[in-house]
Amino acid sequence: MTRAYQTVTDNTEKGLYAAVGFANDSGMPEPKLYFEDFEPGTVAVYGPRLVTREEIIAFAAEFDPQPMHLDEAAASATLLGGLGASGWHTCALIMRMICDGFVLESASMGSPGVDEVRWLKPLRPGTQVRLRATVLDKRASNSRPDRGFVSYLFEMIDETDAVLTAITTPLMVLRRVPGGAA
Amino acid sequence: MSFFEDIRVGDVIELGRYTFGPDDIKSFAHRFDPQRFHVDEEEAARSHFGALCASGWHTASMWMRLAADKRRREMDAARARGEALAQWGPALGFRELKWLKPVYAGDTIAYRAEVLETRVSNSRPKTGLVVSLATGDNQKGERVVSFVSTVFVQRRPDMR
Repeated sequence: MTRAYQTVTDNTEKGLYAAVGFANDSGMPEPKLYFEDFEPGTVAVYGPRLVTREEIIAFAAEFDPQPMHLDEAAASATLLGGLGASGWHTCALIMRMICDGFVLESASMGSPGVDEVRWLKPLRPGTQVRLRATVLDKRASNSRPDRGFVSYLFEMIDETDAVLTAITTPLMVLRRVPGGAA
Repeated sequence: MSFFEDIRVGDVIELGRYTFGPDDIKSFAHRFDPQRFHVDEEEAARSHFGALCASGWHTASMWMRLAADKRRREMDAARARGEALAQWGPALGFRELKWLKPVYAGDTIAYRAEVLETRVSNSRPKTGLVVSLATGDNQKGERVVSFVSTVFVQRRPDMR
């Protein structure tokens, strides 16, 4: 089995697509966005997406079964002051919104991690959220000529533009021209 | 259930283990992270990951699940002993989340938390802040995930 995080050695078009999960012999679309296509300073807004009480409770039951995420009455007695989504749910929703927004059409190789997540305000049931994505910076990988890192600020915002959750994270993206000028 | 004053820097809490089955991985990914290497075995096999692997958010969320289960068991035990119950949470967020290695289908991750720092909250004098290193290690002993979390923990009423 191929080990994780191998450098892509097959630099043919097919090899590159396969490396990011786009096997172009299976009828899947080809990636549109490569490392070269991300511009620092770019801001995009994705959504809206309505977050329901049912999905807040369902996520909490599966991944974060604490009373403040499961039950209105119990939640009102906590520091959250009422039912609010698990912070992990807000992160997962952000991931989904960026997938639908641009990640699924990019040559994404995943991410090495997250610098910081701030849960600034509770995400309440019935909120119509949007996702503001700001490209902060990018750099080619020093050790792997096939890829680069694109640093993003992702902010989940509500109807009043208040920021509920903010994430800063690098995304690992394949380069269109390995080793070429970024 | 521990109050802020009961928590010591260096405390290590074993949260338990979780085995990521292929259906769990795909179920989470279909909902939240439908990148091809998280939803399709064949395409994952051809990807740089080499095999189907869990979304990093899934790996991290399972730490939370096991931590919540552990907390609930301790709350139940304290209640049974007639002890006062400390309120935990919410967390303010976390930092330095590292997805160090992929979590492949069939991997079993052992999750734990280690207390790094404790301090009284300036803004909420009835609570303290507990900073912990959260980790997950696979069955080969390799660290696959870690992050630093900060959470509010209630202080003992007689210590405020």
